[in-house]
Amino acid sequence: MIEKLPELVNNNEALIRRGRWLNDVFLVEVGEIQYLVHVAAGRIECVETGPFVMPSWTFAIRGSEAMWRRFWKSVPAPGDNDLFALRKTGEMTIEGNLKPFMANLIYVKEVLAMPRLLDDKT
Amino acid sequence: MKPWIEAVSGRYLHLEIGSRHHRLYYEESGEGIPLVCLHTAGSDGRQYRGLINDEEVTRHYRVVVFDMPWHGKSSPPEGWQNEEYKLTTPAYTDMIMTLCGALELDQPVIMGCSIGGRVVLNLALEHADELRAVIGLQSSGHVDPYYDIKWLHHADVHGGEVCAGYVYGLVAPQSPASERWETLWHYMQSGPGVFKGDLHFYMIDGDIRDKISKIDTDKCPVYLLTGEYDYSCSPERTRSTAARINGADMTIMEKLGHFPMSENPAQFRRYLLPLLDRIRGCNKTAS
Repeated sequence: MIEKLPELVNNNEALIRRGRWLNDVFLVEVGEIQYLVHVAAGRIECVETGPFVMPSWTFAIRGSEAMWRRFWKSVPAPGDNDLFALRKTGEMTIEGNLKPFMANLIYVKEVLAMPRLLDDKT
Repeated sequence: MKPWIEAVSGRYLHLEIGSRHHRLYYEESGEGIPLVCLHTAGSDGRQYRGLINDEEVTRHYRVVVFDMPWHGKSSPPEGWQNEEYKLTTPAYTDMIMTLCGALELDQPVIMGCSIGGRVVLNLALEHADELRAVIGLQSSGHVDPYYDIKWLHHADVHGGEVCAGYVYGLVAPQSPASERWETLWHYMQSGPGVFKGDLHFYMIDGDIRDKISKIDTDKCPVYLLTGEYDYSCSPERTRSTAARINGADMTIMEKLGHFPMSENPAQFRRYLLPLLDRIRGCNKTAS
């Protein structure tokens, strides 16, 4: 799902505009698999798939595969619908330099929720 | 579309709250039992735009919605620039009762959401004789801090955008996009540090779990409505709160989150209208 972010995000002009101030690399961990998401002015430049030897990132968002699967339901159940809901239960961790994350909070939340569009097709 | 004007009127009330002069904005519509509506932390009275225009409500209720000091079109008090805004239980309680007194509202129903849903419990505890009933939306006796609130007022982060970002996921996925984004817009317009100052009451000062078992629901009926998608004042929190109040009436609302009256007024009224009918039939003064 994460590897599909470039096609999901880069055709969405409103979302790109929302994230136009973000130029960073963040890490997403889906169970055992790590991804580095490269963002340039709101566009997803590329997504690298781990394992990585010495990854460099600004902030990281981690959760189990089962958690992300629930999060990416087209209509997620209560408690599965938001990064902060999952952080509250302890299923998700958010760490690192959180300044760019907080400064672009709605953008990051929407980018990571984009795979919901694929839910009925998979 | 043909232009039209709402039946709502908006006015400014000058009064003293806690020995300080305030210029307070409020709106009202309808006739009958006073129904005072309290908005959530960091927002304003526009959250009740659906309710105050609902003729099924205003036919029997005089709906009064005010912007708390520091919020919406109400001004902060003189000297605000030299202080840090922090909402406390006594100040919040006094503000509401002072407003009710200034508008000469007799035996009002008070309905509040989130911080408002918390303070109505304190009102039921301390002012039962003066109230007809309270309705707590997304109500809980306490919520533990579950995120770092320092970002809500930080020089490096746009306050409006981050406040909206924090509450973004508290809206149910089924809520219409137009209502969701209007709800977020109100958060984007909040003054610097105001949302954070309200959360002082919500997460730190306003823990009343140990007191709410003393609420007498024969004197002041307590109704609790909570949206299932609220992970802040979660259904579990409301159930736990209701379990401590003998006689409290509780309903979990489907397809709604933390802002039922604002994020999806049509879905919310399905739960609220029967409740208002019950309150109208509950003649407290005859008992």
